[in-house]
Amino acid sequence: MSAAEEVVTEAPAVEAVPKRAMTLGYGTSLVVLAALILTPLFVKNFIIFQMTMVLIYGLAVLALNILTGGSGQFSLGQSAFYAVGAYTSAILMEHANINYALTLPVAGIICFAFGFLFGQPALRLSGVYLALATFALATAMPQLLKLGYFEHWTGGVQGLVVTKPDAPFGLPLSQDMWLYYFTLAITIGIYIASVNLLRSRSGRAFMAIRDNEIAASAMGIDVSLYKTLAFGVSAGITGVAGGLGAIAVQFVAPDGYTITLAISLFLGMVVGGVGWLPGSIVGSAFIIFVPNMAESISKGLSGAVFGVLLFLVIFLVPHGARQVALVAQQLAAKLKKN
Amino acid sequence: MTALRLRLTALSAALALITVTTGGALAEKNYDTGANDTEIRIGNIMPYSGPASGYGVIGRTEAAYFNKINAEGGINGRKIKFISYDDGYNPSKTVEQARKLVESDDVLLIFNSLGTITNLAIQKYLNGKGVPQLFVASGASKWDHPKEFPWTMGWQPNYQSEARIYAKYIMKEKPDAKVGVLYQNDDFGKDYVKGLRDGFGEKAAMIVAEESYETSEPSMESHLAKLKAAGVDVFINVAMPKFAAQAIKKMAELNWKPLQIVSNVATSVGGVMKPAGFENVQGVLSATYTKDGADPQWDNDPGMKRFLAFQQEYYPEADRRDDAVVYGYGAAQTMVKVLEMCGDDLTRANIMKQAASLKDFAPDTLLPDITINTSPTDFAPIKQLQMMRFKGDKWELFGAVMSSKLGH
Repeated sequence: MSAAEEVVTEAPAVEAVPKRAMTLGYGTSLVVLAALILTPLFVKNFIIFQMTMVLIYGLAVLALNILTGGSGQFSLGQSAFYAVGAYTSAILMEHANINYALTLPVAGIICFAFGFLFGQPALRLSGVYLALATFALATAMPQLLKLGYFEHWTGGVQGLVVTKPDAPFGLPLSQDMWLYYFTLAITIGIYIASVNLLRSRSGRAFMAIRDNEIAASAMGIDVSLYKTLAFGVSAGITGVAGGLGAIAVQFVAPDGYTITLAISLFLGMVVGGVGWLPGSIVGSAFIIFVPNMAESISKGLSGAVFGVLLFLVIFLVPHGARQVALVAQQLAAKLKKN
Repeated sequence: MTALRLRLTALSAALALITVTTGGALAEKNYDTGANDTEIRIGNIMPYSGPASGYGVIGRTEAAYFNKINAEGGINGRKIKFISYDDGYNPSKTVEQARKLVESDDVLLIFNSLGTITNLAIQKYLNGKGVPQLFVASGASKWDHPKEFPWTMGWQPNYQSEARIYAKYIMKEKPDAKVGVLYQNDDFGKDYVKGLRDGFGEKAAMIVAEESYETSEPSMESHLAKLKAAGVDVFINVAMPKFAAQAIKKMAELNWKPLQIVSNVATSVGGVMKPAGFENVQGVLSATYTKDGADPQWDNDPGMKRFLAFQQEYYPEADRRDDAVVYGYGAAQTMVKVLEMCGDDLTRANIMKQAASLKDFAPDTLLPDITINTSPTDFAPIKQLQMMRFKGDKWELFGAVMSSKLGH
């Protein structure tokens, strides 16, 4: 427990350059990457599908992590951006016959714009008030998608069925496996870009705002610009995740993007460790697999079991996967010394 | 080279022979993934959590019914393994659970999964894989397209069937009626309107006004005022429970008293009739296909006696007034019937074939004279309903069982 407490006291005192706090070491990264690349070769298609979903939700959690962990703004509205991304991809693929890969940047750009615009009024709010404003966005989204005016495009309550892409160039891969590697490539790209973003001038500006808004503006940082920018980037990445989600699930419907999704993503971020980007994947795995585990323990009480598990995690490791990783690192260092 | 080719020919001939002989030996017992000599694996997806969790009772009833079948020795000696997962009424979760059932739990078929959107989300996948999506628990008419989706079949009367029955009733009882419809602007409402138009056929002009509402609207007043102004004297209320009750109350305020029909989804006494006010719903009509578990008129009915005996022994905590229990029992009984008909040929193709050849099958909890009939071109098992009228504080059945076939 003492080790954990030290970690807890360590964390808030952010280093000037939080390089190590943000990422994994090179060795660990390579091991994780190898595992992500090789595992699908040995498992069933269904597991590959689940791994794809872990990556996709991982991206969405990562996006929230940039917003909350990076710039210190709360959002319970990520499901709205996810939905916009998903619908953009689905509509472009099914109505305009555009290649699935090309729909993703469009989804990203539309969501970036949407997030940036939403960030403007949200600027006036902070903390729980901002969380509430984004909450409103998340509750409104499923109903907006059902509106009669858009029904021709969105399919209304019935949603849209999306065709799953085959592997290109006649590669001998199943649809699931191809989609997994496709998603993996995008995830790695976005992960590296995010790490670099947070290490850059803009990233330092985000963190300065997070730590002290007044001090940041005194240092000459354009607080409103960077706050909206963080919203935009976060929404854009979430949109790409949403687009990938639509392709993987092969279906979009308003009821798939309710406030429950936004809360799940928030939960994933906390479990993974706020501000620690690699934790996003851990958090995403948590929100996908733990409800299934809870259900297998007790069907009638699955919600309660999930609650207990979540409580245990928050109680034992309040800083989530980040804390576990740090403890493991310290242990490894001790072992090396001995 | 020739020698090698010869040897290959011999080998393939031998292989062919082996295949033929083993094929012959298996002719009596044929299995697809999910069935063997001792077990049949059935998958199911229900909203045990989330906004539609009330329907979870259906899944629990079915699990209890299969327990009863297993306790009595199973089906042709095979035990049923019923694997039921929660999707929280979220279509992306339904896809995940369906894939888990098919690819990881190796089920033979998916049975009675609940919801229109949720089933829509997995329809393409299951049809692509050739896995039966049997007896879908939704009233949409989409599950009756055997040509397009040969692996999907509904169970309950769909909304269009029900609407046609109302059209028939109105044409017979009130041939000069001016019909007005209030419907929810989605699949559910539109299915009804289509069924009504089909049912009226050439006399579709009897529908003098149609008003649609959005679930986001706070009041039904403007729609009802329009219908009243159009001189409507037969009002068909196609609304979800909450809105149906709102509309009925508002009609009383407007002092508008046409003959009213409410759709079967909004017939709950506790959920609609009581909140709308018993004094406002006297004489309201609707139609149903199941027996009411709480109605004493079925106390001596042999089917209901079997149902109550089952409920007391295998699912004692269930509320017998809950329609979902009666429903789940009937659906599970239909499933068992199909599996019995399959005999030892438990392939997915044969399951669809048997499901499409049900003849006059009467589950215990359906109204007397309502039977299940299917054919390779008819994937809508239940197509009959009986009219009922609200009197005092409950529904009373009247008239004969009506079929939704056109032109009868």
